[in-house]
Amino acid sequence: MTQIRLTTPLSDEDVSKLRIGQQVLINGLIYTGRDAAHKRMVDLIQAGKINELPFDPKGQIIYYVGPSPTKPGKVVGSCGPTTSYRMDPYAPELYKLGLKASIGKGKRSPEVIEAMKKYKGVYFAAIGGAAALIAKSIKSAKVIAYPDLGAEAVHEFVVEDFPVVVVNDTLGGDLYQEGIKIYAVK
Amino acid sequence: MPMVQILLVYNKLDQQLAKGGIKIKTIKTSVITENVARMAQEANFYLGADVMEAFKKAYESEVSNTGKEILQILIKNAEIARDEQVPMCQDCGYAVIFLELGQDVRIEGGDLYEAITEGVRQGYTKGYLRKSIVSHPLDRKNTGDNTPPVIHTTIVPGEHLKITLAPKGGGSENMSAIKMMKPADGVEGVKNFVLEVAKNAGPNPCPPVILGVGIGGTMEKAALIAKEALLREIGSKNEDPVMAKLEAELLEKVNNLGFGPQGLGGRNFALAVHIKTYPAHIASLPVAVNINCHAARHKEVTL
Repeated sequence: MTQIRLTTPLSDEDVSKLRIGQQVLINGLIYTGRDAAHKRMVDLIQAGKINELPFDPKGQIIYYVGPSPTKPGKVVGSCGPTTSYRMDPYAPELYKLGLKASIGKGKRSPEVIEAMKKYKGVYFAAIGGAAALIAKSIKSAKVIAYPDLGAEAVHEFVVEDFPVVVVNDTLGGDLYQEGIKIYAVK
Repeated sequence: MPMVQILLVYNKLDQQLAKGGIKIKTIKTSVITENVARMAQEANFYLGADVMEAFKKAYESEVSNTGKEILQILIKNAEIARDEQVPMCQDCGYAVIFLELGQDVRIEGGDLYEAITEGVRQGYTKGYLRKSIVSHPLDRKNTGDNTPPVIHTTIVPGEHLKITLAPKGGGSENMSAIKMMKPADGVEGVKNFVLEVAKNAGPNPCPPVILGVGIGGTMEKAALIAKEALLREIGSKNEDPVMAKLEAELLEKVNNLGFGPQGLGGRNFALAVHIKTYPAHIASLPVAVNINCHAARHKEVTL
């Protein structure tokens, strides 16, 4: 399968041409956030304090991950994706502000899929549990907000050929629905 | 008691011990702590040979190319974790401990559960393992050292202490379920429930998974035996031939759902289905399905 290389920040055109099932290699800056960081960010948005967000979501990618602690001599700890549905209540707000993609694992809610169609965003899956391997594509890592949250703090990663698969595209396609059809035995 | 009498009692005990009448084994809490700390790290760094073997078999049988690629990646991931001694998954789990305590064992040096908790604290700290436990489910403040563990103890005859440490990830635990069924639902009801849980889980619990199915007992017993079933070696046969057949049938059925590795399509959603049963009340048929992600980690030691 051909692999598509993308470098952040992403434009509407970059993500609009993506289709479910495509393998993408991400390069550039990406940001991390899990349950607790999302709650804080969306609380800020709802309070109208967008300028206090840890980063401007416009054109960016957020990776749902809470890395394990960094061992001395390493760039980052193991860092595979966490299950995405827990971020579903918060994700539409971020797509609305121009977030172009999120990376996680597992199904998204109809509301998130709708938000991605409306605001031109996509959802990528990274391989859940391949955390030691995924860490290899992260070239630098630093905490940029909420250090009190530990593993749940917002990190900024510089990634090189970070491998993901397109699960939801801007047309509302869903690889989790389509992918299994071929293999299901009635 | 006067000193002379105490000495006499000890003297008598000594004589009985010498004759082999009473055998008591003493285990130091420091040894327990050391072993727990070591196992917490080893469980997270070294994936079991049975899981690796199951990955290779799944690779051979997988019909989806993406599925095959994923299985290869998981094998590679386990090799990196082993070689670099880093956790195979960033979710280093809730430290679930099963204790099999011989009734002729004496623990010396303090509180047994505190010794285990200290082992978890040291293992997760020294091993650079992620601390994923919050002190209260609603307050949600991280305890900072992955304690407390969840400890299940069984007292058995003998003079040994067997400690099994099974770090359990949150993603797959969240997709687990329990149902109090009617006896009339029978084996068909059990099958339908297992399939329903698998369907609902889909890509979320990091397939290929292992399904631990607990049937019978009370509500909490069903959940506990479902978790115990996950400790069984993958590829081993259920001792009960009827349950062995049911395991094979359920494995085929869940894999025929088409989810495959990571839920991206394929025929290897589950590596194994393990069933454990327990006598049930005349009114009840509890069924629990505990899902384990592919990082099916556990280590044991007998002291």
